[in-house]
Amino acid sequence: MRRSRTHRSPEEDQEGGMATQGGARQHGSVVSMEAERRRGDRPRGLSLLRSGDGGFDPERVANGLGWFSIGLGLAGVLAPAKLTRIIGLKGRGVSKVVARVVGVRELAAGIGILTEPRPARWVWSRVVGDVMDLAVLGIGFTGRRVRRGRLALATVAVAGVTVVDAVCAQQLTSLTRVSAGSPDGRTLRARKRVIIDRPADALYRFWRDFSNMPRFMERVESVQTLDERRSHWRVKAPGGITLQWDSQVTDDRPNEVIAWRSLEGSPVQHSGVVRFEPARGGRGTVVTVDMEYTPPGGAVTAAAAKLMGLTPEQQLQEDLRRFKQLMETGEVARSESALSGAGRPPQTGEPRGGTR
Amino acid sequence: MKANCWLGKRRVEVQDVPDPKILNNRDAIVKITSTAICGSDLHLYNGFVPTMKSGDILGHEFMGEVVETGSAVKNLKAGDRVVVPFPIACGACAQCRRGLFSTCENTNPNAWMAEKLWGHSIAGVFGYSHMLGGYPGGQAEYARVPFADVGPIKIPAGIPDEKVLFLSDIYPTGYMGADMCNIQPGDTIAVWGAGPVGLFAMKSAQLLGAERVIAIDRFPYRLRLARERAGAEVINYEEADVYDVLLDMTAGRGPDACIDAVGLESHVFGPLYAYDRAKQAVGLESDRPYALRQAIMACRSGGTVSVIGVYGGFIDKFPMGAVMNRSLTIKTGQCHVQRYMKPLLERIEKGEIDPSFVITHRMRLDEAPRGFDMFTNKEDDCLKIVLTP
Repeated sequence: MRRSRTHRSPEEDQEGGMATQGGARQHGSVVSMEAERRRGDRPRGLSLLRSGDGGFDPERVANGLGWFSIGLGLAGVLAPAKLTRIIGLKGRGVSKVVARVVGVRELAAGIGILTEPRPARWVWSRVVGDVMDLAVLGIGFTGRRVRRGRLALATVAVAGVTVVDAVCAQQLTSLTRVSAGSPDGRTLRARKRVIIDRPADALYRFWRDFSNMPRFMERVESVQTLDERRSHWRVKAPGGITLQWDSQVTDDRPNEVIAWRSLEGSPVQHSGVVRFEPARGGRGTVVTVDMEYTPPGGAVTAAAAKLMGLTPEQQLQEDLRRFKQLMETGEVARSESALSGAGRPPQTGEPRGGTR
Repeated sequence: MKANCWLGKRRVEVQDVPDPKILNNRDAIVKITSTAICGSDLHLYNGFVPTMKSGDILGHEFMGEVVETGSAVKNLKAGDRVVVPFPIACGACAQCRRGLFSTCENTNPNAWMAEKLWGHSIAGVFGYSHMLGGYPGGQAEYARVPFADVGPIKIPAGIPDEKVLFLSDIYPTGYMGADMCNIQPGDTIAVWGAGPVGLFAMKSAQLLGAERVIAIDRFPYRLRLARERAGAEVINYEEADVYDVLLDMTAGRGPDACIDAVGLESHVFGPLYAYDRAKQAVGLESDRPYALRQAIMACRSGGTVSVIGVYGGFIDKFPMGAVMNRSLTIKTGQCHVQRYMKPLLERIEKGEIDPSFVITHRMRLDEAPRGFDMFTNKEDDCLKIVLTP
């Protein structure tokens, strides 16, 4: 979150997060920020393999593994002979060199885990290292003057650590994946920003007429205006389903902000905020959009949606690119091979360059 | 209609494809009367440009007659004769309004692809990969021209196609190469590559007041043209060490500006060529930058290295130390053709230059595959091929 925080304007901070007002949704975003902050301020000290509330906290486990790596790494680098003897190998020749190499690798992994705010890939590097170590130990059994008892113990220990590493890495990875959304993975969330060489009022006016959405939002089929504040949305979800809901404007400051959210009981919980701010140096208008979708079916649908289509960030980026094209040139740039203009490989049935 | 399609590395074929249709209000459909094969088409032909798909129509140098216009195109009507610039520019975004048309922010529907490779996208380009928009090119009977109210320039009756066709790309590109050198009276300008773009760069350098122009190439027929048609002194890099000769010619100081009109498939003799070719083959380096390296090393301290040869991705052994310590300026870019078309058309009309001097071969569109093969292998002293549908 540290990085995103620097992008937040003071105004947003006063509002306490996304400008979606009230209800469980705002609670959701607060929780997610809480989780992010916790990750950022991860305690650097040696912590045990459990979190305060007794569950498996991958962040803390990663910390523990990081320090474990440092310890093992120092041993491997400074006392390779001793280390190899402890695990039952001869403390000489090739095994000593291998111990040094392992030591360097472990130091790198340890430093990586402890210093990176998102250590998932470093923990994965430990998993790879574990597999290598198991292979080395396996080769060790074929040696003649080895102490098989010690070697077996070492193998069991490494195998155990491998399991911890793999589980931890897997959990960290899934944590990173949903960090763009809510901590439970049910909400798809995106923020993007674009600079448009038009005055804010023109952009505001176009956006405020929600029936314009389908002209630049690829997945929005239609938006029907019901009254001053309410509108009916039809949106193509990945997989060919069309979702519909009613939405209402929750904030509307001419030429500055429009916020909207789906009504209670909608199949999809959706909200969005668009802000129009003058670009510095009189260079047009900065348009910032935050969007959230919580599709029906919970985390499974959300994950499927991401797999099948673009990530929410990519989708929003492409939509905003088209918004800019429309506002600056009056049309969306189209080529025969990229008729939809979307940022993804052409899907079945779409015109593509090769078929001309 | 018939169109020359890319099918794979070193494979093009003239195929029957559907006619283009107006897709947007600012489009026009042009019936092509003349089109050309560009040296940069050879980068596509030889498979150095990513995101090409089998069936893509090639060609970004073309002109013809407007046959249909979208409702928002007010400056053109059916029957107008136009030359179409190769970058597609909207004319409205901040980049276009700065005159940087080839970096238009709005005309590449596949901008995300270019962003992955280059950090930011540039304008869409006709017939030049999906990364640059996937727009069908102009080696065809017809082409759809987006933002037709911005790019195409009307050509008065009475000027033959061959004199103005190259306003679409190579003449402005060469001119921009010289323009970027900020030529001062007395300057010596060295140009790597005596292909059509290099020749136009030499010619333009002279028009812009250069004292001396030096051409570097290895094909005698190209060097002869450089000498005869562009008034250049020449160096054949197969016969002499370019750096030594350039320094000798300039009494040790080096050319005031160096123009790289070669780009990513340059050649050099010796082990360095094998080294870079091998890296290119296994994907460790996408472009071979000998001409650029030489240009940097030879350039006078404080001088300008102007790069108009096309590069696609990454190079290595880039002599940044020379650039930094010797106060060199590197200027480069895909040509902002829209900026140059009108003044250069005036030069043609005034008879200061007749760009058709680069044409060596004229063929029917059907013969495009033979043309590509010939141009790649520099057979029959091939320099520039013009195709007529």
